Amino acid sequence: MTIEELEQIAKSVLQENEKYDFEVNVCMDLACASQGSDKLREALATAAEASGKKVLVRRTGCMGPCSSGPLVRVDPEETLYHHVNADHAEAIVSSLGGAPVPTLQCDLNEHFDKQVRVVLENAGHIDPEKIDDYISRDGYKALLTALTEMTPNGVIHRITESGLRGRGGGGYPTGLKWGTVAKAGGDLKYVVCNGDEGDPGAFMDRSVMEGDPHRVIEGMAIAAYAVGASKGYIYVRAEYPVAVARLTTALRDARRRGLLGNGICNTPFNFDVEIRLGAGAFVCGEETALIASIEGRRGTPKPRPPYPAVSGLWGKPTLINNVETYANIAPIVRNGGKWFANMGSERSKGTKVFALTGKITHTGLVEVPMGIKLHEIIDVIGGGVPGGHTFKAVQTGGPSGGCIPAEMLDVGVSYDALVRLGSIMGSGGMIVMDDTSCMVNVARFFVEFCMSESCGKCIPCRAGTAQMFTLLSRFCSGTGTMEDLDLLVSLCETIKETSLCGLGMTAPNPVLSTLKYFRNEYIEHIVHKRCPAGVCSMEAAVPAVPVEVLA
Amino acid sequence: MPAFTPPPLPSDDKRWKIVNGTMRKNGFARHALIETLHTVQSAFGYLDDDAIRFVARSLRVPLSQAYGVVTFYHYFSLKPPGKHTMTVCAGTACYIKGADKLVATAVKRLGIAQGQTTKDGQISLMTARCVGACSRAPVVLCDGEVAGEVTDEQMLEQLERWAVE
Repeated sequence: MTIEELEQIAKSVLQENEKYDFEVNVCMDLACASQGSDKLREALATAAEASGKKVLVRRTGCMGPCSSGPLVRVDPEETLYHHVNADHAEAIVSSLGGAPVPTLQCDLNEHFDKQVRVVLENAGHIDPEKIDDYISRDGYKALLTALTEMTPNGVIHRITESGLRGRGGGGYPTGLKWGTVAKAGGDLKYVVCNGDEGDPGAFMDRSVMEGDPHRVIEGMAIAAYAVGASKGYIYVRAEYPVAVARLTTALRDARRRGLLGNGICNTPFNFDVEIRLGAGAFVCGEETALIASIEGRRGTPKPRPPYPAVSGLWGKPTLINNVETYANIAPIVRNGGKWFANMGSERSKGTKVFALTGKITHTGLVEVPMGIKLHEIIDVIGGGVPGGHTFKAVQTGGPSGGCIPAEMLDVGVSYDALVRLGSIMGSGGMIVMDDTSCMVNVARFFVEFCMSESCGKCIPCRAGTAQMFTLLSRFCSGTGTMEDLDLLVSLCETIKETSLCGLGMTAPNPVLSTLKYFRNEYIEHIVHKRCPAGVCSMEAAVPAVPVEVLA
Repeated sequence: MPAFTPPPLPSDDKRWKIVNGTMRKNGFARHALIETLHTVQSAFGYLDDDAIRFVARSLRVPLSQAYGVVTFYHYFSLKPPGKHTMTVCAGTACYIKGADKLVATAVKRLGIAQGQTTKDGQISLMTARCVGACSRAPVVLCDGEVAGEVTDEQMLEQLERWAVE
């Protein structure tokens, strides 16, 4: 495969598409698919054929506003239809060329206006199972340009220049990480893609892997060229069967096209990728635990250093990046580091994909430039809290993050700002809570999660999370005391400082952040034995039989 | 050193050939343990002692290590699943939207705790960490099929249908 051949494929796809007057794109991502978008697509195809119009019906990845699904977008007019089902197919097809169907049309301009699409640029525009669709939108151009026109150091320089930071949550500068692996000795190196999206309440990586799998593969291949690796692994959760299937198809097609394998683009560069299935362990998002899992062992972390960049998979230098990080690589190589660095804030460049869920009008996937204010995401893009309820907090960073209250929503989203607020960027889950959520109960939920996900290797995490859970359960059942609260705080500090890996070190975050901003809710639970949100049962607070009688 | 000969298949059940295929594809390498266990579980629905023994011997992995891996990861099950499985997603978005009430309702209706199967082997009740359909929370999986924005009534209806089958 050469650049000329790539351009030829892109041209022929565009020529093929020009044969059609209309393109009807049907979102087939999990949320829409669970509402019958499969049948809808068939119905649209049947209706299109019967109408005699030149219509291309295409299945696509996630279009974003999942709460309006199933979604259909008609191009070239870019008319977006929401809540479409198979019965609407004929109406949509017969409206083509005329006025759109008014009952189905939705106005989500406010939702889209503030978004900038880099990672999701193809989502909703290509068929994820067709490599040629991806190629027609500049796919694999970055890889071939890098291979033929750039040195590995040149690629690393460009990534460094872009200011891209790891999208898995930690925010480590990607260029720096690549540089370390490139400098590490030895001829055998590995590139690993972390697709173990363990954060419950986040699905960005799933959508990227399902909606645009080639983008991840291309990013990995460029990374492999830059650091001198020849073998890659994508570690995907077994809970994402569609992602696994799409990636498998994508890898097969890329091999057939000569974009993976030996001597890619007539250069001496060899690279291939294998899929490894996770088996449901949150701790495997941690680099060293992920490596142990790929090696077929229990996913327990190891103390660092040595970092995986020096001694990783089977003791070889290993580059580990998150799905979204790899998805950013191709556009950066294509458009230059400066282009990317122009987006975002001072120390957090580019865009970030968030999975907006919880008590919010427009749930779904959004991609925003870094630095955007939290209230813009929640009130403008997300459409605010529905049902007449009031906003209470937004949770970012999953079980490692924290809850941000209403008075802090004026802060711009960046790695550092969120840490200052006591939360973290995390992989991009953003869960909105309203006045019906109890913050003590939420903290307990996350601690229970960390307790059951603790691998058990180090004591602070194994025993500490269990003790935290006991204390929080006391508050939720109305038996907690103020001494318990002090104990909880000191326990949090100990766990934070002495745990071996990120899971333990960040496990107290949900507790500390809710204590920081919602201390009065804890006090209500402890002193007045009542749950302001009415979530906790407080069953022990009013014993059915007075205790004295039992004694 | 004599060449390693893998142990014979536990029975002439054809599914063992699929399991063997996964191991052969990976050159019977030790690191294929998790991959192979995935294949066993998808073929048989769960992992029993015979299966773990067979895989451990085939891959020359100590039995303790294989058992350790099986029990470490949530995805692997040591018990056979019921004819139908109701999985309630316990991710954060689902929790905020009341998934715990769904679990409580199912526990009450079926008379079993989560992770268990009804005595007649008809229905298993499971919870999942997150299936990634958070925008449609609360979510349940009915035999693997995603259903979003589920109410107690809808879930009970499904359970009733399965119970009388």
